[in-house]
Amino acid sequence: MSEAILVADNLSAGYGSLVIQRDLNFSIKKGEVFVIMGGSGSGKSTVLRHLIGLHAPLAGRVLFQGEDFWAQDANSRANLQQHFGVLYQNVALWGGMTLRENICLPASTWRPELSKADLYELAAIKLAWVGLAGCDELYPAEISGGMRKRAALARALALDPQVLFFDEPSAGLDPLSSMALDELILQLRDSLGATIVLVTHELPSIYAVADTCLFLDNKTHTQIALGPLADLLEHGPETVQRFLRRGEAVTHEVTR
Amino acid sequence: MNKVPSLDWDHSREASVLQVTGSWTLEQRKPELNDVWREGGRLPQQVMVQVAVEAWDSSLLALLRRMQRLATQQQVTLDLQGLPDGVARLLEMAASPSTQAAKAEPPEYGWIARVGLRAQSVATALTESCIFIGQVIQALGRLLTGKARMRASDFWMAFQQCGPGALPIVALIASLIGLILAFVGAAQLQAFGAQLYIANMVSIGMTREMGALMTAVIMAGRTGAAYAAELGSMQANEEIDALKTFGFPTLEFLVLPRLLALLISMPILTVFADALGVFGGFVIGSGLFDISAQQYINQSLTMLTLTDFLIGLFKSLVFAVLIGLIGCYYGLSCGRNAQAVGQATTKAVVSIIVALVVSDAVITLICTQLGI
Repeated sequence: MSEAILVADNLSAGYGSLVIQRDLNFSIKKGEVFVIMGGSGSGKSTVLRHLIGLHAPLAGRVLFQGEDFWAQDANSRANLQQHFGVLYQNVALWGGMTLRENICLPASTWRPELSKADLYELAAIKLAWVGLAGCDELYPAEISGGMRKRAALARALALDPQVLFFDEPSAGLDPLSSMALDELILQLRDSLGATIVLVTHELPSIYAVADTCLFLDNKTHTQIALGPLADLLEHGPETVQRFLRRGEAVTHEVTR
Repeated sequence: MNKVPSLDWDHSREASVLQVTGSWTLEQRKPELNDVWREGGRLPQQVMVQVAVEAWDSSLLALLRRMQRLATQQQVTLDLQGLPDGVARLLEMAASPSTQAAKAEPPEYGWIARVGLRAQSVATALTESCIFIGQVIQALGRLLTGKARMRASDFWMAFQQCGPGALPIVALIASLIGLILAFVGAAQLQAFGAQLYIANMVSIGMTREMGALMTAVIMAGRTGAAYAAELGSMQANEEIDALKTFGFPTLEFLVLPRLLALLISMPILTVFADALGVFGGFVIGSGLFDISAQQYINQSLTMLTLTDFLIGLFKSLVFAVLIGLIGCYYGLSCGRNAQAVGQATTKAVVSIIVALVVSDAVITLICTQLGI
């Protein structure tokens, strides 16, 4: 829990002439759960797209294990990207393939030396981790929305990624499933040693899993707080405290 | 740091001991478990697995799980030793029982039953399309009485796309068709010194037949496919469900504007295509086959009757209805995922083109029988 695995250096996020966030500076340490939070429209998902290499940032650098991600050509970038696992907001499972094929496709493409038996076993293990044991042969259209989300997580785990990105993972999940997902996130971190980057505005999740938090403000268009959750609760700017306290109040009401 | 993973029986000890060493990661080429297991020969009641790996990831889990399965098959107990931190927990997580009932196998039918089922599905499809046509006619009726819930802006959008938007491609294809007709005809007619009749062939061929048909084929690919894809992805995104729950009649709302746009734009495009096709023939006829421009125009004008022109227009109306109805029908009956949208579009274009040619043949046949 020391070295930085992913660093944003003076990053400006946005599309074309639209700058959503500027001057972002943060480093994500190996093995931590890093939460990117902020209100709707604060550019959380856009920042994520820059971090995972889907969309070039307007300015600044993204360093993955010390290498400037966006200075590479597309091939070497893809090589770095195989260490990422991403759970997309809209699930994005490939509809024409069974769950097993969804997991085996990236695994067999990047690790051609795996035997078929190993591939199938890996797919079964990853599905079992997310609680979908025995669903290998089902198509995404045949399972419920919550199951699809978990299946997408299984696919994100296909290559045993070093960094796992979650874009609003609990959107559309019931509180219990969302709690189970939070637990799973922590277990994967502890057992696999993966680094977790979580984009969310779900306060219960933030309270449950966050090590370090980054708060993106949609008025000043930059980061206004970065640090451990406890610090932000104590000394964070007022906006951040209000954002977080609101959640505290809610959780208190629930537990009472 | 990347030591080759290896999986060996340790024969130096009395009990059967399987040693797992090296780094068991996904990138490494690994010994095949089945082969190693077979090497072990007849196994005692208990097999000890000594895990001493340098690095591991889920490929180690895959190995252990497969091993467990082999052991269960042969009624051997496994004694796992030296598991790295985390592996035991991940194994436990992976051992969760199957939550879902496996997919039910589709029942097998004999060939008689399959023929019957196929016939049934054809019958259902026919009924459904009849119902669809009926509903569209009803909707048109409501439109005429001014009760239809249709947004004018939808109509104008559709009209813009299938009218002015299609002009350039229709112009290009129609003039080339006129040109081709002239060339093909000229080669034959020249043998009899009857080049002048190029004018007859091109002008009648274009107005009665090719103008309407070629425009329709272009519109099938351009607009029919677009309708199927648009409505199909609306279906996939639950947009159509949203319309239904708000009580909108989907047919009036979605099909009517598209159908009307086609009904209005197709005859106009066809007239345009006729003119350009005749012009294409004129360029070839008067340019390459020494017919004077005056002669060519005169010949065309004396040959062309209003009937030819009207038959072409009538066909274009029929084609417009076919393109609009079939495109929208496949769009609306689309499934709820990306593949289904693709399939709907393919089906729509194929059925439209078949329908166009068949109806064209029928109309031509009727006209010949009636002598017009």
